[in-house]
Amino acid sequence: MAASAAGRPPRPIHPLHAALLAAAPPLFLGALLSDLAYGASAEVQWSNFAAWLLVGAMVPTGFVLLWTLVALICARRGWPLSCFLLLLAAFVLGLVDSFVHARDAWGIMPAAPILSALVSLVALAAAWAGFASLGRGERR
Amino acid sequence: MRRLALVALLAGLAACNRDGGSDPAQYGANPQLPGQQRALVPSMKIADPAPWGAERPVVPEGYAITAIATGFGIARQTLVLPNGDILVAEGRGGGEPALRPKDFIAGFIKAKGTSQAKSGNRLTLLRDSDGDGVYEGRTIFADKLNAPYGLALVGGQLYVANQDSLVRFAYATGQTRAAGPPAKVTDLPARINHHWTKSLAASPDGRFLYVGIGSNSNITERGMPAEIDRAMVWEVDAATGAHRPFATGLRNPTALAVQPGTGQLWAVVNERDELGPNLVPDYLTSVRDGAFYGWPYSYWGRNVDSRAQPQDPQKVASAVRPDYGLGSHVAALGVAFSTPAMGARFAEGVFVGEHGSWNRSRPSGYKVVFVPFRGGRPAGPPVDVVTGFQGRDGRTRGRPVGVTVDPRGALIVADDLSNTIWRVVPVRKAPAAEAPTRPAAPPRSDTPQASAPY
Repeated sequence: MAASAAGRPPRPIHPLHAALLAAAPPLFLGALLSDLAYGASAEVQWSNFAAWLLVGAMVPTGFVLLWTLVALICARRGWPLSCFLLLLAAFVLGLVDSFVHARDAWGIMPAAPILSALVSLVALAAAWAGFASLGRGERR
Repeated sequence: MRRLALVALLAGLAACNRDGGSDPAQYGANPQLPGQQRALVPSMKIADPAPWGAERPVVPEGYAITAIATGFGIARQTLVLPNGDILVAEGRGGGEPALRPKDFIAGFIKAKGTSQAKSGNRLTLLRDSDGDGVYEGRTIFADKLNAPYGLALVGGQLYVANQDSLVRFAYATGQTRAAGPPAKVTDLPARINHHWTKSLAASPDGRFLYVGIGSNSNITERGMPAEIDRAMVWEVDAATGAHRPFATGLRNPTALAVQPGTGQLWAVVNERDELGPNLVPDYLTSVRDGAFYGWPYSYWGRNVDSRAQPQDPQKVASAVRPDYGLGSHVAALGVAFSTPAMGARFAEGVFVGEHGSWNRSRPSGYKVVFVPFRGGRPAGPPVDVVTGFQGRDGRTRGRPVGVTVDPRGALIVADDLSNTIWRVVPVRKAPAAEAPTRPAAPPRSDTPQASAPY
């Protein structure tokens, strides 16, 4: 109803695309929280959790990045470019963060929580940009 | 002979090239220690295995090398028995679970540079009945062991360090097969078993056995509790199996040897990875009773490694410096004291088998070196003895592990990539000049001399 105010129906989103877009931020956030727990306790299992949560976050980030790229190229009423660029940034940051987490023991500090915080914010911003554009119906 | 000379010349040229490079001097008592590096991806070079074909390891002029046996279930350490028979410990241990995403990837990559042979879990005996240097006899001395590694003979007892226990066989000279299964002396720390090899040496009087136990991680990334009873040398009472930590903070003491004459225990130790291509030098050291050698809190004395948390400044303050750096990432896995029967150049000192490691874009190690001693202490730079394990084509044909000196004048080298036992002998000009069957020179004085001048 509200969407028809602009005279167009809202742009639909594929449910899987939405699920992938929404999956990454909580996983990156989980990595951040695990990094903080490792920083507070020096208990290495927390850094193992963080490393796996990052793997978990990178899989949907990678797929949604590809999906958004294809949507940008193919669809007339596509996704905002900002969403794609933020996803790309999240992917690069997440990759660097993953390599940092491959270091042994305290070698991941202090880079790990900094990178995990950054990538969590960027992934959240990407999801925001993606979902906020739904009601607008077209690319800005 | 001409080929030997050519080979020696090429080896010399290779040595010049290496010295002309930018690698810091990391041998001796005061190795250069650059700053720590933490790259996003550690520099690495995995051995690219190739068969020997017509190639052979390279030895100095005046020496010859032959393959005396091959086809082992991964040849690690050897022991020369009193009658000249050679025992070969065969096996692959470890099998720690992959814990992190990295473990899956690194495990896959590193496995490419090692033998694909099945773990033999046995001791093979090699015999040269007529003393012609051809080991025509071959029997399985004992099997159903668990990744045996360290070997020591004390009187009529043959001690074998499995990856999880120290066991004992009764042995009589000339025996080719154990009479039965071994008796257990004591269990050894085996949980996770990241560094699984258990090295072994016996005190001169045979009362004590020394067992080298490696750490359960590179630098505590499996947690501090996993390091209980790890990274140390145990002293085990041979009669009762009772043990105590003899020296600690030794990250991976992969081979032990008792110095003839002094009875002093020596070890080669593999130091930590992922601090850069020129950290941390592996080392050769006398092992002092009660000493702490740094791992995991510090290296080469008091150089703090902040990756081990929580830190322990008191332990760092107590850390002693090892005696002799061998170079970073050479992965020393064998050590043996020489005898004058090895020729004048190698009369006093130790041979060190350097397996070579992954954490360097320009590999180091992959050879056997000789560290000369004077007055019972290391004196002077290491000398290449067996090289050519990595060909000029960049492929790797062998990786030395255990080294053992046959008192009749031969160096036995176990190669765990091609699963070959190599034998290096001085080339004798006439049969009359042959060395006696026992080391002729008396042991050197026990008094430690002033330290080396380099």
